[in-house]
Amino acid sequence: MTATMAAPATVHTTYREAIRAALRDAMQRDERVLLMGEDVGRYGGCYAVSLGLLKEFGEERVRDTPLSELAFTGIGVGMALGGMRPIVEVMTVNFSLLALDQILNNAATILHMSGGQFNVPLVIRMTTGSGRQLAAQHSHSFDGWYAHIPGLKVLTPATLEDARGMLWPALQDPDPVLIFEHGALYNMEGELAADAGPVDIARAKVMRPGTALSILTYGGTLFKSLQAAEQLAGEGIDAEVVDLRVLRPLDTDSILDSVRRTHRVLVVDEGWRSGSVSAEVSARITEGAFYELDAPVARLCSAEVPLPYAKHLEDAAVPQPATIAAAARQLVGR
Amino acid sequence: MTATISPSATVSRDHGLHLLQQMLRVRRFEEKCAELYGASKIRGFLHLYVGEEAVVTGVMEALRPEDAIVATYREHGHALLRGVPGESIMAEMYGKVEGCSRGRGGSMHLFDAKTRLYGGNAIVAGGLPLAVGVALADRMLGKDTITACFFGDGAAAEGAFHETLNLAALWSAPVLFCCENNRYAMGTALERSHFETDLSKKAAVYGIASRAVDGMDVLAVEAAAREAADAVRATGRPHFLELRTYRFRAHSMFDAELYREKAEVEEWKQQDPVPALIELMRGEGTLQDADVERIETDVAAEIERAVAFAEAGTWEPVEDLTRFVYSEAPG
Repeated sequence: MTATMAAPATVHTTYREAIRAALRDAMQRDERVLLMGEDVGRYGGCYAVSLGLLKEFGEERVRDTPLSELAFTGIGVGMALGGMRPIVEVMTVNFSLLALDQILNNAATILHMSGGQFNVPLVIRMTTGSGRQLAAQHSHSFDGWYAHIPGLKVLTPATLEDARGMLWPALQDPDPVLIFEHGALYNMEGELAADAGPVDIARAKVMRPGTALSILTYGGTLFKSLQAAEQLAGEGIDAEVVDLRVLRPLDTDSILDSVRRTHRVLVVDEGWRSGSVSAEVSARITEGAFYELDAPVARLCSAEVPLPYAKHLEDAAVPQPATIAAAARQLVGR
Repeated sequence: MTATISPSATVSRDHGLHLLQQMLRVRRFEEKCAELYGASKIRGFLHLYVGEEAVVTGVMEALRPEDAIVATYREHGHALLRGVPGESIMAEMYGKVEGCSRGRGGSMHLFDAKTRLYGGNAIVAGGLPLAVGVALADRMLGKDTITACFFGDGAAAEGAFHETLNLAALWSAPVLFCCENNRYAMGTALERSHFETDLSKKAAVYGIASRAVDGMDVLAVEAAAREAADAVRATGRPHFLELRTYRFRAHSMFDAELYREKAEVEEWKQQDPVPALIELMRGEGTLQDADVERIETDVAAEIERAVAFAEAGTWEPVEDLTRFVYSEAPG
């Protein structure tokens, strides 16, 4: 007995290719969508994300920019105000600081300052995070800083599904959306549903259900946390892992639901500890589920140091599977 | 001797009256704002345009209703001459919900979607990239428009100015850059901020057609703006005007003006664009005292209506505080 062969349900792909597929899809669907940034065109993208798009969509819609983060981000704001749907790519989150004025003082603010008259449907993609020995001006995680700003939405795709699926809903959003792509994930390979498409950009997601504790994390530390959870499972510790996915607005309900299931929480955050996403998550748990806790909320963050170049030092500065597992054991008293 | 208008200049009676009225609308509006600030009706920072009226008056003559405008925090006159009702501007100054930005912006952030006024930007040079973006979007969407971008001499020291001019030239953005050079970046004189004080040269090095214009001469400003705006429309390329002007009043209401001599201010007041135009028209026999009186009466009535509207305006309910942080679903 043989059934007819079904079309393959999944395709083998990478995080980089998934983002490229999302870009191509968006540009095919909506002529107002354009991509601009440093080396996005002829070079094919600083991290090769946009390879081939210039040839397919032309100079008007795939714009190489000079090294002028402030101006081209601001031009993106203006294009959005004028009715286009620009995607601005910033090579590295550290460089986005050169454009911070436009992101904060204009993109995030004009809707409010204008009394609701002018919205800014702008998407800014940038590379964040460590793990590539790029030292202290190319490796930081400022995702949490941006999550501080009212008027912005902040997305942190960590999975292939989110790399493929977050861009389109971000472009549909009437307000500015920042997408943080973790640089260490671009080469990540895996299987993605052949018909993968838009995903929700509102909710956190339980990636691994568990009962002993909740590991809440996002971005570059998601898969490290899942690795740690596997290791812990072998030791009889059943950890739940939640991908926050959206840092602003934070999905507080999903966070609190997880707390109510496990009663112990470890927040893993590649940002610096002080004033971080982990601090905000911890505060919300204290506010919303204090009496559900069997232990104080634990946090594992990056060391408060500009990231060093040497591999052993960089590795030591950011959460790793082993340190995540150790923090989890401590939390459950093992 | 007050006139700075070229002796060979001439203007028709109707057009001269129109320009005079526009300048006086701005002048008297600003004077009323200063008075209302003194009465604590207007708070925050308030930057007045008194002395610079020829600039906005002349440039606005070159713009069409479908064009876009990006301005600075010294923009009451720009909003007014663009056609934003004085009532909603004054209500905004008062912080009332009937204001053109619902009281969320105040003096520095006048916005108006109807007339395509994209602010009121209070980050110096922050509006330049915005203007290029709006202009490029218009072109990509097939609109036959230009964007006028106003900024001061202070902006020419900002990185955003240089980055943006380079990109405007490179990407051929239909923008009319209007540098309102009033000689002071807040309280620091041009000579103390720039080694090269000819700001028009700074645009020229980026390959943008650029010229300096006597910003105290409304006819010269209008002529230059029409020519430049026509060129932007015809070529699709940016143009730059450095409009040399002077503000007669302090930078803001908190400014004690320790950085400039009274004699300098008085000297510039001799070039006041309003009496200069009056004198020219009188010389041509096209303006009578009754004309000026009529204009002043009309302008006073307009301002009175604006103040009455603002006074009668209401405060947005505090429950609405967090509106307009994100777009609201239609309906």
